[in-house]
Amino acid sequence: MTEDISASFSLTQLSHKLKTGELSSEQLVTHCLNRIDKYDQPVNAFITVTGEQALSEAKQADRRRRQGDPRPLLGIPIAHKDLFCTQGTLTSCGSRMLANFVAPYDATVVNRCRAAGLISLGKTNMDEFAMGCSNETSFFGPVNNPWDMARTAGGSSGGSAAAVAADLVPVATASDTGGSIRLPAAFCGRTGFKPTYGRISRYGMVAFASSLDQAGVIAREVEDIAQMLNCLVGHDKRDSTSSRMPWTDPLPLMQKGCQKMRIGIPVALLDRLDGDCRKSFETAVAVLQELDAELVDIELPHAHYGVAIYHVIAPAEASANLSRYDGVRYGHRCDSPKDLEDLYIRSRTEGFGFEVKRRILTGTYVLSAGYADAYYRRAQSIRRLIRDDFEKAFDRVQLVATPTTIGPAFKKGEKLQDPVAMYQQDAFTVLANLAGLPCISTPAPPVAGLPYGLHLQARPFDEISLLQAGHALQQHTQWHRQTPETAT
Amino acid sequence: MKWQPVIGLEIHVQLATQSKIFSGAATQFGAMPNTQACAIDLGLPGTLPVLNEQAIMLALRFGLAIDAEIPSKILFYRKNYFYPDLPKGYQISQLDSPIVGAGRIPLGDGSGRQLAIERAHLEEDAGKSLHRDMEGISEIDLNRAGIPLLEIVTRPEIYSAEEAVLWFRRIHALVCYLGLSDAVMAESSMRCDVNVSVRPAKQARLGERIEIKNLNSFRFVEQALDFEIDRQIRCLEEGRKIVRETRLYDPNERQTLPMRSKEYAEDYRYFPDPDLLPLIVKDEWIEDIRQSLPPLPEQRSQSYQSSLGLSREAADYLCVDCTTADYFDSVATLSKDPVASANWIMGELAFANKAAGCTLADSRVSADALADLIRRINDTTLSSKMAKIVFAALCEGRSSSVDEAIDALDMKQLSDEDELAELVTRTLDAHPHQVGQYRSGKTKLLGFFVGQIMQATHGQANPKKLNTLLRKMLDKA
Repeated sequence: MTEDISASFSLTQLSHKLKTGELSSEQLVTHCLNRIDKYDQPVNAFITVTGEQALSEAKQADRRRRQGDPRPLLGIPIAHKDLFCTQGTLTSCGSRMLANFVAPYDATVVNRCRAAGLISLGKTNMDEFAMGCSNETSFFGPVNNPWDMARTAGGSSGGSAAAVAADLVPVATASDTGGSIRLPAAFCGRTGFKPTYGRISRYGMVAFASSLDQAGVIAREVEDIAQMLNCLVGHDKRDSTSSRMPWTDPLPLMQKGCQKMRIGIPVALLDRLDGDCRKSFETAVAVLQELDAELVDIELPHAHYGVAIYHVIAPAEASANLSRYDGVRYGHRCDSPKDLEDLYIRSRTEGFGFEVKRRILTGTYVLSAGYADAYYRRAQSIRRLIRDDFEKAFDRVQLVATPTTIGPAFKKGEKLQDPVAMYQQDAFTVLANLAGLPCISTPAPPVAGLPYGLHLQARPFDEISLLQAGHALQQHTQWHRQTPETAT
Repeated sequence: MKWQPVIGLEIHVQLATQSKIFSGAATQFGAMPNTQACAIDLGLPGTLPVLNEQAIMLALRFGLAIDAEIPSKILFYRKNYFYPDLPKGYQISQLDSPIVGAGRIPLGDGSGRQLAIERAHLEEDAGKSLHRDMEGISEIDLNRAGIPLLEIVTRPEIYSAEEAVLWFRRIHALVCYLGLSDAVMAESSMRCDVNVSVRPAKQARLGERIEIKNLNSFRFVEQALDFEIDRQIRCLEEGRKIVRETRLYDPNERQTLPMRSKEYAEDYRYFPDPDLLPLIVKDEWIEDIRQSLPPLPEQRSQSYQSSLGLSREAADYLCVDCTTADYFDSVATLSKDPVASANWIMGELAFANKAAGCTLADSRVSADALADLIRRINDTTLSSKMAKIVFAALCEGRSSSVDEAIDALDMKQLSDEDELAELVTRTLDAHPHQVGQYRSGKTKLLGFFVGQIMQATHGQANPKKLNTLLRKMLDKA
């Protein structure tokens, strides 16, 4: 019976089964907790599991369901990336700095999930402060890819992606600053979605780079994503940058598919792909073409600066965002400091890992007097050019397609000594953050037996086109339905 | 050599908003430490600032009052530095495009002199570190963290300590006038940093400047500047160089002392705060605020002089703050005697309030009561001497209205001519000897008769009428 549950791990199916009474929330949550017990030790997707609380919430959800509560997501389990503040439980951000931090409030994302009736099973592992794309910078150890435990699950939302890939939970929240939802989703063979900047409130989501950070979701299917967006999207008065754009329920519009959609392909960017990856990408977009989409070559003249300017802007903002971790009010504090300076230096030296320190230093440098013009302000100018590139492209096309990553999941440790090679992993994904675009990663044909992702981007607030195209692709392919052997 | 000091002021005003500039926490002074600080003020992970519109409106009020340029788009920046009472490790402040651009403040003394204001920007206040001697432990109170501050920066166009105080007072008055702040310096809701340099009288280039931080009284500004100007001149005359630094004023020793060296400028790594979108200033806001601006002190003072006939001194005194001017308006309107109203407010009332340690706002003497008192003097019910006794009764709270006090003290002035005539007749009859002396030329004896009658009436006889009547009846025969 439990394998039955896993085989139908889409929100639509689970929701249907809960509604008909074929399955109770208690059974479903128990099933997930059992799987976490059995499979999470090798995967290391979770930092905190809140099983007892989840079970009691599940019983309550079942009662409510029987009393006629119609909320479609009522009683469905979810996991939250460990940078969404959860009242009363640990929110560590994958860092020693916050390894003792219990927030006195819930993030808006967590609140909205609860309001929709979703049940949190716990908090997922991540790169420290979301800085990384291999989940190897976590203070709680790397997340291993369920498809091949020697490989990285990707990052920074590696825990969320691996938890969904190993069917430990049907859906997980995640965040994306330069690719942190899409890259691990691609590496783990699941669907990852980052909405337009401002669509989902950042309140209570621990900041990495505020102008790039966006909350999103990793799940099995595009339909799951659409259901989650219905629950998460909306203006929040506690986040000044959250958007007031109206949101239309995409579910009734999903069947429209990608007919007559013009999809742009920035061919110049694909030069760096090796043969297998290119073939996977071409196979995936060929399916869209068969479904009556039109493929168009486009240019994004400044796209190749993306990674470079991302690694100026993101650390600059991070250097300020992480200044609050000073050992004074909360978080890690060194033992018996001699004086104030010693308190600062040792608390931060001990509390932060290597990659976080590197980015704080980079960010401090690019904002310093005498360097800010050459780095920070120039990067901001190029960011505007990239945004303009996309605006121009979207005059001609509805979507822009690339692969999600330059290759499938790499081996752990492989790129740790070479940060520039590591940073290049985000080459296709950073652009959407810089331009504030909505985007999706959905599985393409596997490369060398490992999952690989197709990456689609749309103009700001046009989430619906992404969902329609992604759904059409998934209706006609099976790549997103595969489950790693290690988890069966 | 002759030296010229050059001074610029940076005045920090805590704006009188209900809640903090980026959070909903309250802003009252004097609460228990850390009881007015929420998750946002504590800089907890994941929290975000949301701009308080009231702070914007108050800052714009100042901008429009000094006729400043107001940008169409307002940006907030992060100013990065570490300090234990700065919870986020950066202060949200402004750099480019501050909410109030260049403007000017008239001195309002009729001389037409103006001080150029360079800019005024909004920022959040920091918390307070308390270094009590507690076995090496410092305490932090974050109640103040996030209170909105308007930092007003003048051009360095002030050339003496006295002038600096004059302008500081002027800005203080304007801030009170506009209702921007209670501006109580003892509670540091208004404080001043001064920048001062000294140069040879004929040199155009400015000397190296010293900043003196956190001066929270007019007196300290003057004393600190006097000391510092002197020190710099002595330094230069001895051939030493002034090193740019920040100093603090020690009022006990009456001297400034170095705080931290600014040999290499601190690098605050300003950049636009990505948590706050640029704020577009709406035309309606500007219009609404312009409509709601009170007449400014100099305009009000002018009209007191030209249409009410007050002296410039009196008019300026009354216009120092809105409360006094509003109080005066009520008293003058009700009593129909602006000059007497001004005299009472500046004289007896100011004196009594000072003695009682209260202000106009919490004085026992209402504008209504003072107006009544003036009316009773003018209709000769009270002599000025009696009026002072009635006034004392009001001040001490023994009576709540003038008429009640008059009754209670049995203070009505005797002005009825028939009654007075009868009194005079009786007195003259009782002292025939003195009457004879008066009539034979000893007119000084008039005072004797007045004294007799005043004694008999407990001082309530109307002296003017009494004098006239006495003369008439003594001269009759």
